Amino acid sequence: MTTTTTSRAADTPLPQRLSDAGFAALLTALLGIPLVGLTTVDVGGRVAVQTRWDWLLGAALMAFSGRLGVRWLFDRPAWRGRSARVQVDQAPAARRAGRMQLAGLGVTALALALPLVFHDNRYVVDTATTVLIYVMLGWGLNVVVGLAGLLDLGYVAFYAVGAYSYALLATQWGLSFWACLPLAGLLAASFGILLGYPTLRLRGDYLAIVTLGFGEIIRLVLVNWTALTHGPDGIGSIPRPTLFGHGFAPAGDLPTVAGLFGIDDAPWHRTVFLYLLILGLALLTNAFVLRLRKLPIGRAWEAMREDEVACRALGINATRVKLAAFALGAMLGGFAGVFFAARQGFISPESFTFSESAVILAIVVLGGSGSQFGVVLAAGILVLLPELGRHFSEYRMLLFGAAMVAIMVWRPGGLLSQRRPTLTSASAAETPTPAPNSAAIRSAA
Amino acid sequence: MANETLLDVRGLSMRFGGVTAIDDLSLTACAREITSIIGPNGAGKTTLFNCLTGFYRPSSGTVTLHHPVRGALRLDRLPSHELARSAQVLRTFQNIRLFAGMTVLENLVVAQHHALQAASAFSIAGLLGLPRYRLAQARAVDAARGLLRRFDLERVADTPAGALAYGVQRRVEIARAMAAGPRLLCLDEPAAGLNPKESAALNELLASLIAVEGIAVLLVEHDMSVVMKVSRQVVVLNHGRKIAQGTPAQVQSDPQVIAAYLGEPDEPVQALSAAECAT
Repeated sequence: MTTTTTSRAADTPLPQRLSDAGFAALLTALLGIPLVGLTTVDVGGRVAVQTRWDWLLGAALMAFSGRLGVRWLFDRPAWRGRSARVQVDQAPAARRAGRMQLAGLGVTALALALPLVFHDNRYVVDTATTVLIYVMLGWGLNVVVGLAGLLDLGYVAFYAVGAYSYALLATQWGLSFWACLPLAGLLAASFGILLGYPTLRLRGDYLAIVTLGFGEIIRLVLVNWTALTHGPDGIGSIPRPTLFGHGFAPAGDLPTVAGLFGIDDAPWHRTVFLYLLILGLALLTNAFVLRLRKLPIGRAWEAMREDEVACRALGINATRVKLAAFALGAMLGGFAGVFFAARQGFISPESFTFSESAVILAIVVLGGSGSQFGVVLAAGILVLLPELGRHFSEYRMLLFGAAMVAIMVWRPGGLLSQRRPTLTSASAAETPTPAPNSAAIRSAA
Repeated sequence: MANETLLDVRGLSMRFGGVTAIDDLSLTACAREITSIIGPNGAGKTTLFNCLTGFYRPSSGTVTLHHPVRGALRLDRLPSHELARSAQVLRTFQNIRLFAGMTVLENLVVAQHHALQAASAFSIAGLLGLPRYRLAQARAVDAARGLLRRFDLERVADTPAGALAYGVQRRVEIARAMAAGPRLLCLDEPAAGLNPKESAALNELLASLIAVEGIAVLLVEHDMSVVMKVSRQVVVLNHGRKIAQGTPAQVQSDPQVIAAYLGEPDEPVQALSAAECAT
């Protein structure tokens, strides 16, 4: 083993590697004393402490060899050349963009076909619905984090505002899903502006901390304002979305869609309808964000992310641009929240903890900030991985974490970090250039 | 040539705590002219630029821009983004500040934000893809491409700005400022890091900008080959005070200026070039 290590070690001398690995082993041993070395056992109703030094030794040895192996792997020329190769790879951007579009269409087609194949498999449709909720949240947060470059750790607050708006408006005032959707979006957007104002001067870490606090404030208000939100008990019996006044399951005197077509009610009608609803909302969100990106406001967001001082020097009002990003991002989160409340039928503050914000942010960062398709991939991975890992029961979060670390090591910019220009000189040449003296232009302007 | 005064700075002072970076400075700049501001390092040139472009609030004094359409505007009272928009004062930065991840063309289109934003009617016309927005966008791209042609940047139009060579980035930054439609263009060391050939090209470019667009250029520069060739007026600062003002020839023979440069032990290169110019 030693000979192979030395022959491959071009730049790190062996003693250094060994001491490095030894340090890792020592650290593991120290941390492992309470974690692995000591364990409690049940001895006839009494708790006794047992030692497992052999396990601890094993863990230390694993850390030693693991660290040695990782160092060996990273020192290989093939590995070190990797980052350079990624840079060179960026040349055929147009072809890549085309492929991406194709992949997007393919995934959309698959998503549309899914209920046809799995309509009576409730587990599949439900999981796909969850994935789509996260996709939508990821696209909403992408506006704030990916485009405008404002690190938001409290995005779940807007999701909560949307969900509670619908829950309260529907249960208290009897407003329908479709009436609540825009209202809740507006409410969430105003909360976005509310958060945006105090954070205008903040950047990076400081902004992240304030947004984190904002998310917690909203959650704590939901927990403690019992009179309005029923506190930790949550709000139940939230009405399900309807299609032009027709429900999907027999409830009260509401006519059902199945009745409309003269077929029998089936439980899968509602799950599939909910799935198609979130698919529609998500596709709309995608079109909206893609379009915004190519508008002056979208370019201003990206410019702001690149250099705020230069933006001000060019006469762009940073305040307005940032607030627009916060408001629109929050609005999309609010829409997702409305859908979430309508789908669950019951919401409580527990659904809106910081870990949700973290997952949504992870989706955006893992997918590659600013990439729409990357968000889909990342949402798929982040939702499906824990699902697939159910056999591993308690180890699944460990696997989940390891997968995230692995992705970030292999692709530090996210799965798809390619940025597509909002306009190119080639495509601009195709658009009809107005003749300077044409009267039509003046009337249009 | 009787040009009207565009920029009028009177009694400008800028103090940071106990340090006086600019002390009772007055100067004027005219349209179709290049006014250069020179001085040893730490003389207060960049501070002056930051005062003129709204990045600093002057401690005292006034900065007035006589805008041909909008009348006299007090630049020292406008926030920086308003200053670029309504007073049409644009600047570049000593350390280049491009939108590095965006393409050169996008950089120039971002500079036309206001025209496009107005045409997109709070993004609604843009979202719907109405013809009036599409026309505005086509015109903005056209303007950008015209500038790229003039600045010899057509080949790099679709390249991310951050991937370009240093000298090219300098040109892109000036082109971007031009895309925003300036009346007064403040260039902070545009020739820094350029080779002699690039400096000569910059001279030509500046000359054509003031002649064709009729704008005023305020230039902070260390490269005397640029300053002395293109400026109509040179203002020399030292320790935040104006020590000389006049045509390049007058300034070069001013004993105070020579003393300021030659007496600066930190700057042997500057002293040399100043001495070269004086001979």
